[in-house]
Amino acid sequence: MKKDKFDIYLIGVGGQGIGLLSETLIRAADHAGLAVKGVDTHGLAQRGGMVVSHVRLGAGAHSPLVMAGQAEMVVALERHEALRGMNLYLRDGGTLVYYDTSWQPLNVRLKKDRPLEAAVISGECRVREIREVRVFQPGLEDPRMQNVAVLAEICRQKLVPGVNSGHVTAALNDLLAGPVLEKNLALFQKIIQGQK
Amino acid sequence: MKDMGEMLLRPEAFSEIVIGNTALVRAMVESKVEVVTSYPGSPTPEIATAIASMPAAGRPFYFEFSVNEKVATEVAFGAALNGHLSVVFFKSVGLNVAADTFVQLPLMEIGGGLVVILGDDPGAHSSQNEQDNRHFARLAYLPVFEPATAAEVYSMFKEAASLAAVRRMAVILRLTTHVCHAKEKVAFGRYAAAPRNDAPRFDVKNGPYVPIAAAVFPMKRKALQKLEAFREYSEASPFNLRIDHGNPKRGVVTSGTAFLSLGDVLGFAGDLPDVIKLGITHPLPRRLLVEFLKNHAQVLVLEELDDILETEIRALAQSEGLPTAIIGKSELEDWIGEYTPERVAAKLDKVWPELLAPRPERSGTQPAVPSRPPQLCPGCGHRSAFYAVKKALADSDITVADIGCHSLGFLPPYTMGQVLLCMGASTATASGLGLFNTQRQVVAFLGDSTFFHAGIPGIINAVFNRHQLTLVIMENGTTAMTGHQEHPATGKNFNGPTLAIPLRRVLESLGIANIREIDAYSQKKLSAMVQEAVREEGFKVIIAKHPCMLKHTREQKRQGTWKGLPVEVDQKKCRRIHECVSVFACPSYQLAGDGTVRVSEDLCIGDGSCLQTCPATAIATRGQGEQNEKR
Repeated sequence: MKKDKFDIYLIGVGGQGIGLLSETLIRAADHAGLAVKGVDTHGLAQRGGMVVSHVRLGAGAHSPLVMAGQAEMVVALERHEALRGMNLYLRDGGTLVYYDTSWQPLNVRLKKDRPLEAAVISGECRVREIREVRVFQPGLEDPRMQNVAVLAEICRQKLVPGVNSGHVTAALNDLLAGPVLEKNLALFQKIIQGQK
Repeated sequence: MKDMGEMLLRPEAFSEIVIGNTALVRAMVESKVEVVTSYPGSPTPEIATAIASMPAAGRPFYFEFSVNEKVATEVAFGAALNGHLSVVFFKSVGLNVAADTFVQLPLMEIGGGLVVILGDDPGAHSSQNEQDNRHFARLAYLPVFEPATAAEVYSMFKEAASLAAVRRMAVILRLTTHVCHAKEKVAFGRYAAAPRNDAPRFDVKNGPYVPIAAAVFPMKRKALQKLEAFREYSEASPFNLRIDHGNPKRGVVTSGTAFLSLGDVLGFAGDLPDVIKLGITHPLPRRLLVEFLKNHAQVLVLEELDDILETEIRALAQSEGLPTAIIGKSELEDWIGEYTPERVAAKLDKVWPELLAPRPERSGTQPAVPSRPPQLCPGCGHRSAFYAVKKALADSDITVADIGCHSLGFLPPYTMGQVLLCMGASTATASGLGLFNTQRQVVAFLGDSTFFHAGIPGIINAVFNRHQLTLVIMENGTTAMTGHQEHPATGKNFNGPTLAIPLRRVLESLGIANIREIDAYSQKKLSAMVQEAVREEGFKVIIAKHPCMLKHTREQKRQGTWKGLPVEVDQKKCRRIHECVSVFACPSYQLAGDGTVRVSEDLCIGDGSCLQTCPATAIATRGQGEQNEKR
């Protein structure tokens, strides 16, 4: 594999915190001394639509946009979006990290579509030789911290080359303050250390 | 935590990871801009967010959100006439509203200089079209800078501002969505605050400033001369970049993010074409392009949206008698959507089939995923209003939407707002739909910020010309869709408290007698009101009011005063009618495969607007349902 770039495609639903997750990864990569760029494509996402973010590490990246089907990693904060992101952007043999919660799309609630089962994702990952990392943190006090749970799992399993938990901690310190920072750092450390 | 306001005003040079919109504000600060105006909208609202991060006392320029884009342009123009370097910035379709003012700018000697910032939206990520605003530059004889990255936004703004001031004219900086929002590390220069010259410097001797009849021609002549002088600057500008690979056969002319996509795609190429990346796309550097055309057998014009560069380059080749084969757009799809890396790869595969190595393909079955359209938020007053209005109307009645969060009412299950043009268009469109129409009721929707922006003329026209329609004004007390900016009825502007202009009083002052007002959560009453109103003669207005709950709950939570009462479904009472999940359709309701409905604790905000919708009264405040069972 050509190693002058590492492309990450992030996807979730408006309100889940994809923006913070993406900004943290970008800043962590910068703290790690890597060239990095990216872009959020939120559209009308605050209104319950999809939120997408592209993060590109390495000097070989020109556009802020990842090329369809070429991402090394897809990070999703919701089950339906995990499959959508993987279908469109993940290369065979890449890595899928997703938080396994479900925010039902409109047509599921209108009985026009079936809800997605996690087994469908696992099946597709096997066929495409994709490494599947499912994250679920029971008893999380605030669902808005699911993004940090995913971030911690990415660090614990060293899924982004060159980026470690120190870089991520520094990035979180750039972006958050006060009790919000403390709570997120506590969760981050718990996942990093607790399961090492 | 890093402080954006401190960063933007930092005296020394520094580097920071920023989006294009933030880089732009640092460029304004360093360029000593004195007046900035706008009307909010995508993809440029973060410019105002960055401006707001600078404490008002230390902010080096005046900023206002004007009532619409035309007014914003006029305020900036007026300030620039007095010698203040000024900026107006727009959303993707904003220049349409300002067009009448904008096309006069080239005729004027603008002492302070004026930078017009366009935020185009190729891909229509959050706009009602993906119009190519470069056409406007040609209409108005104004030069255009087109950055591709956040770093270029910074450097090109500084250059545009400097040229606008020196040449006493308006200069356009055209951004696109993924230039505005792309993030990268940008190296900024130093900033030294300087005292402002408050002497009003407008002088008719610098004119003429009144383009009436024959006076127009010398003014137009001067505009054309300024444009030609800009072409000379453009010929030598380092912003027009030539990348030579010594390829005598193939060249590419491109600009903006299409250039970045090309950079990625050429990673798959063997024999690299030469490239010209235009940073100034109007007026075109003719000598630079003619030289490039002469040196290549084939030149591909890789251009997002319309074929503006292509047409001019073809004309250039024709007038110079050059044999170069010029390749441009070949099918309708080439005019549509963003030029992402995969689009550019597909285009190159078509034009030069052997150039790119094959990319790895995805295997697997690509299982279908339900689409996820945007929706009204949990607790949104518009949901209650649409749910109620729908019950009051016949399926054959006609509903007209306007721009705003309420545009989303067109989606199922509400399907309210069946036609949508642009800001403020609903009342007059509905007036036209009412002509000769005695069979189908016509109902228009309009938001409160849009009411002030462009809604009032249509309303006055409905009164003046005695049109027959019902207008439902969805008053949520903010400009919600674009990020909760103040508007003339809120009693606050960007800079602080101001006189509130209550919407209802405006309507009353226009002589509209038939006005009803109701909290949008009062669904039964609102429904009854609509039923009555549509049967009455003339122009009727219903104000359906409820604060934007996204803004309201955020503010209340910050103050610690939010008293949400989340709900749950009492499974003993639930008869699986599914009114909550499929008709009222708050996203908090989740439907299991067996027909059971539950409320997502992640999503329910505890607004209670759904309690009244259940025919089986199975929705209860969380905890209450269980208590009922115990009793």
